Amino acid sequence: MPDAATSPAEGSRKLVEISDLKMHFPIRTGLLRRHTGDIKAVDGVTFDIYEGETLGLVGESGCGKSTCGRAILRLYEITGGSVVIEGRDVAALGPEELRKARPTMQMVFQDPQASLNPRMTVADIIGEPLNEHTSLSSNEKLARIYELMDQVGLNRTFANRYPHEFSGGQRQRIGIARALALNPKFIVCDEPIAALDVSIQAQVVNLLEDLQDKLGLTYLFISHDLSMVRHIADRVAVMYLGRIVELSPRDALYDDPLHPYAKALLSAVPEPDPTHEATRQRIILQGDVPSPANPPKGCNFCTRCPEVQPLCHQQDPDLIEVRPGRYVACHFVKPDNLTAGSTGGTEAKERNQQGESQ
Amino acid sequence: MPDGAAPVLDVRDLKTVFRTRGGEVHAVNSVSFDLRPGELLGVVGESGSGKSVTMMSLIGLLPSPPAEVRDGEVILQGRDILRASPDELRSIRGAKIGFIFQDPMTSLNPVFTVGNQIMEPLRVHLGMSKVQAELRAAELLDLVGIPDAKRRLRDYPHQFSGGMRQRVMIAIALACDPAVLIADEPTTALDVTIQAQILELVKDLRRKLGMAIIWITHDLGVIAGIADRVMVMYGGQVVEQATVKELFGNPRHPYTRALLKTVPSLSGGRAGRLQVIEGQPPILTADPSACPFRMRCTHAFDRCARENPRRRPVGPGHDVACHWDPEPANA
Repeated sequence: MPDAATSPAEGSRKLVEISDLKMHFPIRTGLLRRHTGDIKAVDGVTFDIYEGETLGLVGESGCGKSTCGRAILRLYEITGGSVVIEGRDVAALGPEELRKARPTMQMVFQDPQASLNPRMTVADIIGEPLNEHTSLSSNEKLARIYELMDQVGLNRTFANRYPHEFSGGQRQRIGIARALALNPKFIVCDEPIAALDVSIQAQVVNLLEDLQDKLGLTYLFISHDLSMVRHIADRVAVMYLGRIVELSPRDALYDDPLHPYAKALLSAVPEPDPTHEATRQRIILQGDVPSPANPPKGCNFCTRCPEVQPLCHQQDPDLIEVRPGRYVACHFVKPDNLTAGSTGGTEAKERNQQGESQ
Repeated sequence: MPDGAAPVLDVRDLKTVFRTRGGEVHAVNSVSFDLRPGELLGVVGESGSGKSVTMMSLIGLLPSPPAEVRDGEVILQGRDILRASPDELRSIRGAKIGFIFQDPMTSLNPVFTVGNQIMEPLRVHLGMSKVQAELRAAELLDLVGIPDAKRRLRDYPHQFSGGMRQRVMIAIALACDPAVLIADEPTTALDVTIQAQILELVKDLRRKLGMAIIWITHDLGVIAGIADRVMVMYGGQVVEQATVKELFGNPRHPYTRALLKTVPSLSGGRAGRLQVIEGQPPILTADPSACPFRMRCTHAFDRCARENPRRRPVGPGHDVACHWDPEPANA
């Protein structure tokens, strides 16, 4: 198989443009439920997704990655920012227009048990979006349901069965078929394999990849499984406490992470190779992720960063392009060959590189 | 590793069935293994492979109407604990065998302070006074890396984060200085950076205390970094057992081989497509007299349906339960 381009091909169109997306949940306390603060689940996130690519969104639980995915599809009323999908600002659409825009953007949820109605048959579940958004006759609808079941590898004879009769992997296939029913262009996959066994995960990931090739889909693939994201994504965004700290092409990120959090995160992933594990140097982060209701002043990561400096406690770094196609939010990762110390090595591979300055 | 030392724990032919309306489920089918002093034995398998049920059976924690430990011996320091009375078992659990569960939130009692819960085994099993127990509890919290241990004893579980709660669970499990520690997916509910902290802690504790550990997980990466020896379970049986290097370097069972290939790696080459194990895990109501993996196995032949393979040695400390021989000439 030809290796997918590690950065979006020249001239490839931006399908989704997200700028300064904010999703705050109010905290209400006391008898009068007064608004006393906000949980800043997503706090100023900006990125684009190119047509036909898979953008991986990784981070630990509570970093806001799922909220970000849901906010993009406007499953929440967002606090601020804009989400432009195919030229339409989804964040500003009225209810009727939003409903019309729904078919182009769909979602595959994490827990196939909870996201499928136990009282509906597989055919009802897959057919529901067709009822809502198309005016197919019942024969046409059934033909489409069968076609979708074939596409995701479900046996047609199961059409009248209920979700509880299926295994986890098969249920996830039902969820994928439902997401595909209206020929969407953009699908948010929110931890689609997290609830599945290892041997079943590979089946679902291969299916998602096949469907992408066949139907030209664009994915936002949300996951905490960094190895799987390396397998499926073209570019990867790393989130920490409501912000994106690094957004890079896949190979660049995994070979040479630039942000201190991205480095620590990658070094924490255990690898199925005992010889490698024995010699590996881990960056062990101290402490826990701060609460998004009360993020630290300055850089979000300053409370756990092994390379923290006084400036980090005062000023919040912006996400800037430091190498071609690589965006990092850190005061001490300077654009291009102005880098200080810690990032070296594979830079030589990159274009426009004059040599390393130390 | 020399096999000289007598095992701390020796499990022979353990069989556990669940009686259900759909028939008997053979959750654990003739599982045998031993655990040597100071060793960390990793147990890998998917959900339903019987890894947790095996461990619950051997310390008598399964509810028994549905479950029945039908056969086998579990020798802990020379005594068969499967035949121990409920009272004896209670004194073994906690004192001789420590247990860490997957979810630290549901295994800690939310209405008691953490100090209270660490002191409980100390007072029950070791008969310590309140003052002694409190001192020891603070020591234990300190040992597992919780800062300001004395003050934190008065906190409730909800005041701790997930990683900290798991540290508290470890402190409770270690309270009576057990000979064997059983950890059932202790890091599965945690984030990777917190998991890395806990793995580091366990390595450190092993150096300091030297107890034998059984570590159950489905994460091959965790096993590779922490285990001395690995046992792979599938369909309620042990299908392969070897030292960690041997298992990852020279896997023999088709299931182990396939499992290692389905996991994408963080470094190294990136395969075009993930290798898939076709089909679904087995339903264990089926007859246990055939190989449980045969329906998904690429090497299955007629004998696999007739006869459940026994474990046979294929190298030093390496055994496998499979009829198929990858190198028929000479093993």
